[in-house]
Amino acid sequence: MGDGGRVAAGLRAYGLIAWMWTRSTMAYRASFAMTALASFAVTALDFVAILLMFSRVDALGGWPLAEIGVLYGLSGVAFGLADLAVGSMERLGQRVRDGTLDTLLVRPAPVLAQLGADRFAPRRIGRVAQGALVLGWSLAAVDVAWTPAKVLLVPVALAGGAVIFGAVFVAGASFQFLAQDAAEVQNAFTYGGTTLLQYPPAVFAAELVRGVTFVLPLAFVNWVPASYLLGRPYPLDLPPWAAFASPLVAAVCCALAGLAWRAGLRSYRSTGS
Amino acid sequence: MDDGGVADPGRGRGGEPGEDREDLIRVERAEKVFTVRKRTGFLRRERREVRAVDGLSFTVARGEVVGYIGPNGAGKSTTIKMLTGILTPSGGRLTVAGIDPSRERTRLARRIGVVFGQRTTLWWDLPLIDSYKLAHRMYRIPDARYRENLDRCVALLDLGALLDVPVRQLSLGQRMRGDIAAALLHDPEVLYLDEPTIGLDVVSKAKVRGFLRELNAERGTTVLLTTHDLTDIEQLCSRVMVIDHGRLMYDGPLTGLHEAGESERTLVVDLERELPPIDVPAPARVVRVDGVRQWIGFPASASAAGLVAAVAAAYPLVDLSVREPDIETVIARMYAERASA
Repeated sequence: MGDGGRVAAGLRAYGLIAWMWTRSTMAYRASFAMTALASFAVTALDFVAILLMFSRVDALGGWPLAEIGVLYGLSGVAFGLADLAVGSMERLGQRVRDGTLDTLLVRPAPVLAQLGADRFAPRRIGRVAQGALVLGWSLAAVDVAWTPAKVLLVPVALAGGAVIFGAVFVAGASFQFLAQDAAEVQNAFTYGGTTLLQYPPAVFAAELVRGVTFVLPLAFVNWVPASYLLGRPYPLDLPPWAAFASPLVAAVCCALAGLAWRAGLRSYRSTGS
Repeated sequence: MDDGGVADPGRGRGGEPGEDREDLIRVERAEKVFTVRKRTGFLRRERREVRAVDGLSFTVARGEVVGYIGPNGAGKSTTIKMLTGILTPSGGRLTVAGIDPSRERTRLARRIGVVFGQRTTLWWDLPLIDSYKLAHRMYRIPDARYRENLDRCVALLDLGALLDVPVRQLSLGQRMRGDIAAALLHDPEVLYLDEPTIGLDVVSKAKVRGFLRELNAERGTTVLLTTHDLTDIEQLCSRVMVIDHGRLMYDGPLTGLHEAGESERTLVVDLERELPPIDVPAPARVVRVDGVRQWIGFPASASAAGLVAAVAAAYPLVDLSVREPDIETVIARMYAERASA
């Protein structure tokens, strides 16, 4: 089976499993509505914290509230989508420990797809909705001369950002093949990453910004595209097309995460649990 | 109960000598070496190689039911994991239905069924039926075939009342039956069972064994099962393979294993009053006396009936039971024999 065939088989298996969990969730609609609402509310508290901050200051690193809202919205929606799609991957270490990963290996479907779709939780849409709400409000509120390129940039950045976060989830899970209790390390990069991205790059040290741009390129989720969108200078010298490079960066991240995943699975299959 | 699909006469209980044999499983000098790291100091680690499977070779013909036994850590599970493609062998060659398991894991997965006694392949928090519906799609089982297989499993394994129960609420025996059904919906050619009766009560064990016997007789499904329970082997397997330290120690019928290990069954009798060791017809002999209870060892190949009759005729008998030798004892005796030979 070639790579294309494997991707198709993976997507199909992912769809089947995710649909099974969705149907099971929807059997209890009231419960779904409540947990989705709770997810919405809990993540909304994040933004409330930012609002409280702005009751004291007018701008963070020179960015007013509406612009911080753009950062928050882009990263919130991108992370929410990735979390919805592959957030369950962080349970890999648990599965390696208790040996249940073996049960995925005897099914005729790629393990990555099965693991990503396991316990697919539609309630996580609450986080996406909350991010989208903030994003919609702030895009309407910012003072931007909208051009077709800038309009196009919003979905491009969202898609690229979601895939970048997804790749971080997969890479983190791959690391759990080696260190089975590393779920917390992964959380530092995923949940920690979103928190970081809620603040403008200008408030962080140049070294950190460089790392987040070139090493773990979370900056392409929102910092780089939002800087272009809002006409803010980016602390590092990047070519103008970098604003639109999120999908490219995402593709590279996926390739690397895919290699990490293969290496991890190969090491598991040669050493066992 | 559905009396089953067409019993194909050519695929019945196979493996009889002289029949046309098609090797479904081939294992040639398979090896699996693990590197174990052990902490020996603050930062020092010692690396040690463990040969879990060490030059193992065997074949299993289509339609055979083979018991695969050995002490804990002998390499049984490692072998099964290599045959399912979970683990990549370190050396040697394995094929199942002509497929190399480690290289074409997903292609092989459609043709095999796997039941792990210790962990379920069912989806834990969902109703049992959801696992089956998913298998229907994931294995691309034709609708009619799926319905037929599901109905058959539900009837024979008594799953009717359990289909809507979340898997986590099932008892061990129910879950095991559910797992066996899940492993069979796609008509696998080989069924691997890793300790399928572990922790089950007597009724569940009997149900599982009966089902497996029928499956093999009617569908000709090849079965490879690991177990600690000699009764599983006695009731199901025409052939036993004993493995220890990753090597095959014995391969043949169960009776041969008893002979090889000169294993003994034990008749335990409770007498009306304490007596010195009672007289029993040779080769049986009293091996232990404790109050009114006496233990009488006799060859596993001999019938217990004659012995019981002889004892009952001569002594006041209150109660009795017969204990089968366990696998560990049989194997231990095999070793003792080899060492002295």
